[in-house]
Amino acid sequence: MPPEMLFLAALDGLAYGSLLFLVAVGLSLIFGVLGVLNVAHGSFYAIGAYVAASAVLAAAGMGLPTWLAFPLFLISAILVGVVVGGTVEALLLRRIYGKEEVLQLLVTFAVFMILEDAQKVVFGTQPLFANAPMNWLGTIEVFGIYYTNYQLILIPLVALAVLVGLRLFLRRTSFGRAIVAVTQDREAAMAMGINATRIYLFTFMIGASLAALGGALSSATTSLTPGIGSGMIVLSFAVAATAGLGRIEGAAVAALMIGLGRSAAVYFAPEFDVLIPYLIMVVVLLIKPEGLFTTLQTRKV
Amino acid sequence: MARQYLIGAALLIALIVFPVVSPWSTVILTVALCEGLAALGILVLLRAGQVSFGHGLFFAFSAYVVAFMAAASFGHEVLLLVPIATAASGLVAALVGLFIVRYRAIFFGMLNLAISMVFFSLLEKLFSVTGGADGKRVPRPTLAGMTLERETFEFWMFYITLALAVTAALGVARYLLSPGGKALEAIKSNETRLEYLGVSSRKVLYGAYLLSGLLAGLGGAIIALVSGHVTPELAYWVRSGEFVFIAILGGVGGVAGPFLGALMFQIIRGYAAVHAPETWHAVLGVMLLVIIFFAPSGLYGLIAGRKRKSAPKETAPKETAP
Amino acid sequence: MAIKRSAAVAFALGALMALPALAQDKPKELVVGIATFLSGPASVFGVPGKNAADLFFEELNAKGGILGVPVKPVYVDEGAGTNQLISEYRRVVQDQGAQVMFGAISSGSCNALAPVAEDLKVVNVMWDCGTQTIFEEGKWKYSVRTQGHAGAEMMATLLYLMKTKPDFKTIAVVNQDYAWGRESWALFQAGLKALKPDVKIVAELFPKFGAPDFSTEITRLSALRPDVVLSTSWGGDLDTFVQQAAARGLLKQSTFVLPLAESSMERLGAVMPEGVIVGGRGDHYFLHPKHKNSAEMQSFVKKYRDKTNVYPIYPTFHMNQAVTGLAKAYEKAGAANGGKWPTKEQVIAAFEGLEFKSLTGTITIRSDHQGLEDQLLGTTKRVPEYPFAVYDKMALYPGKLVTTPVGEKSLEWFAKTKLDLVNDKSIETFDYSK
Repeated sequence: MPPEMLFLAALDGLAYGSLLFLVAVGLSLIFGVLGVLNVAHGSFYAIGAYVAASAVLAAAGMGLPTWLAFPLFLISAILVGVVVGGTVEALLLRRIYGKEEVLQLLVTFAVFMILEDAQKVVFGTQPLFANAPMNWLGTIEVFGIYYTNYQLILIPLVALAVLVGLRLFLRRTSFGRAIVAVTQDREAAMAMGINATRIYLFTFMIGASLAALGGALSSATTSLTPGIGSGMIVLSFAVAATAGLGRIEGAAVAALMIGLGRSAAVYFAPEFDVLIPYLIMVVVLLIKPEGLFTTLQTRKV
Repeated sequence: MARQYLIGAALLIALIVFPVVSPWSTVILTVALCEGLAALGILVLLRAGQVSFGHGLFFAFSAYVVAFMAAASFGHEVLLLVPIATAASGLVAALVGLFIVRYRAIFFGMLNLAISMVFFSLLEKLFSVTGGADGKRVPRPTLAGMTLERETFEFWMFYITLALAVTAALGVARYLLSPGGKALEAIKSNETRLEYLGVSSRKVLYGAYLLSGLLAGLGGAIIALVSGHVTPELAYWVRSGEFVFIAILGGVGGVAGPFLGALMFQIIRGYAAVHAPETWHAVLGVMLLVIIFFAPSGLYGLIAGRKRKSAPKETAPKETAP
Repeated sequence: MAIKRSAAVAFALGALMALPALAQDKPKELVVGIATFLSGPASVFGVPGKNAADLFFEELNAKGGILGVPVKPVYVDEGAGTNQLISEYRRVVQDQGAQVMFGAISSGSCNALAPVAEDLKVVNVMWDCGTQTIFEEGKWKYSVRTQGHAGAEMMATLLYLMKTKPDFKTIAVVNQDYAWGRESWALFQAGLKALKPDVKIVAELFPKFGAPDFSTEITRLSALRPDVVLSTSWGGDLDTFVQQAAARGLLKQSTFVLPLAESSMERLGAVMPEGVIVGGRGDHYFLHPKHKNSAEMQSFVKKYRDKTNVYPIYPTFHMNQAVTGLAKAYEKAGAANGGKWPTKEQVIAAFEGLEFKSLTGTITIRSDHQGLEDQLLGTTKRVPEYPFAVYDKMALYPGKLVTTPVGEKSLEWFAKTKLDLVNDKSIETFDYSK
């Protein structure tokens, strides 16, 4: 195995890990603030992908320039997060905070089942893809092998921007600080005049938008078929759990680990590439049950 | 208490009579009983406030043990296959349980999910051994030494499963009333107090985990026999989610709950498959939401609920805010 | 007392004797249960199959149904998982009274359903699944397949590759990780070793079924630079693979062989370059060189497009073969039975040796219940008439030539393939024409 192949494998892992991070960080954020493990998160990813692809195809049909796809990705993601995510939170989740964990989990499981079929009804069952944005950005040659700029540069850049943006948002803005305050002590935060209901709603919308953004970005590289959400959800569980639920920077590292691990597996042990994420998750949870990046913190009991 | 027996007895009579009236339903009812057994295992853990999103592991493990043994020349006999496969998944539960009982709440659920997904991926990946995603055929074994035609086999399998399910349900009911079962509820309400009393909560949970693994394993072994085919899908996380679904649908207040839930689940799925073949997931999802919001104690709670006020000790633990 | 008992026995006997007679009376309707994917990734085949079935049964009923009996299709979702599928299948037979079942698309489902059909004694038409092992390793009285199998498909693909690119030296394979991906490669490899023992297999990759990303696989292939890349993938997986490979220039570097690409051509549109070897699991293609202008084809393509807005793909043709085959078998069995409604056993018997016309050729059902179907392969070409690639340099392989003979196993048969098969006289060739 020539050493440059290792480097190439790492490049593939980077792109894959970045996409995984976008989805998983939303899941992690929602859990950190609301305490709900959102099984329907994969559906937001899928719906984001479908909406973005439809928007890009519609824009192309109207003869609009290809670069418009990138703002469209963002708009679709926010739209899905606000409309679908907002509805789920306001209509369903809001009624079960404080109830048993299993009921919260099952509500999102029910939402997942409903959204899976809703996608089919709305977007059909034929594979849908809109690859124009990927081709528009062209390719780059690394050691004689062509990579798309879209996967090698754009997706990791977006992931980085989200990571930095979320950090700044949570630490520097008053709304972000309010979110952190609610996470740490809901009662105290409310006593200080923070509107927890609003915080929950917005956090859920942000989390759902991030999943939808991951979906929107993937719509240019992959075919959308029924069921893409259910595969993604377990992967993002694996990332979030490996990192420690609620850990944002941790999610980035864990997503990268899983991305690199998987592409290394394609070279060295192709039989085990699908096992890698779960194996990493099991090993990490066994050694450090709260995840890699969780320092001991007092959670409400 | 009397009411719990009454519901159980009514359910039992209905189950005994139904296959005679409507022969085509035997397999579906047997499948429902198998899923009910797995959901009963979930119920045991729920009593301790723990939810497993990975019991498909035990369900699928024993189903594959049956498939491998039935395909090989030895053990081609129901009365051998079922206990061996159940014991095998009990062994897996004993192993997994060793470390899983150290975890609580979401980590407990996640780790169960992760392990079952490792097993699922292995079943899919090891094509030459497991048949990959297409699974393995399970040739029909003998029953007490007799080679039976399909209908007779299905008929007897149903009543055997029913007998096993009743035994399991009564056993679990006894267990829940025993000190071990009571300690289980204490894990949910106040684990620290339990430890102060000198009871090892890990040991208590370990016992419950073993039991729930055995129950899921029993269900898996029988489902492999009656459907004649096993696939990795038995270990997929959605399947594990369905067990939790069934447990909540039926209600965790009594051991008849999971079976009520499993029957209801099959009925809804059957109807949805006929009238809405393309959106049956959504129908089930809506049903689940309705139950959670309007009848959180499940079908069992709906039926048994009214008289509960007079005897609060027998009922399910009330939903308490964490 | 004794009299009463004997009367009861006589009555019971009479009832028993009346049963078979009743069964031969014409039913009010013939319920046909169809197992097809309505959910999950394989619904890319299942839903077109269902749409086509609706059309064909509508047409059949407009012409008076089967022997004057209207046919009612009932659908079962294959995507619900094998165990659920088996219980649904039983329910449709035992509760809804289906006399005929179409099962199914996935080879895994077919393997699981064949013994169930045997148990239920119901006519089971394997309408789309391809695994050759079903009739080579088992004997199923009640099951019959109205199309070719994976062996025929892979043999034709191999022969076409040998003819169009005879001197390739290296090959890589990227197949979906499940029975079809594994088995089709095993067959292809066995034949390849017999015809071209010096070819080097540089990579055997089996990415997860439904994988959303093939970047690492494509990087490996780009580095290895094989002369030929074979992929028997389909649906979303194939679309994604071709898209990502095209974006990174891999399609220009190697000759791609995609035996199931017919079903993805319209979706792939401008992504699919010229010079890719493509097939569609049989001889069906809406631009079939011999049948594209037939009245039946034109009317079907029009009706199907009116209904779905897309061109028909191979599962719709497989559905046509199943429906036509069933109607012909009933007619044959009815004629042999003096015009009376035939029993299931008579219908199954009528299938043996049955020959019927499909939209694109003739299907023959062998004594082992395996269908003989011609195989059409081509090389992609871009033409102004369609916004997607079409077949050019087509070759039509007769079903008899490329299907493993009765009683032989495909893997063994492939291993003794001879080079003269590549240029057999019975192979017809065509170029694209408007």
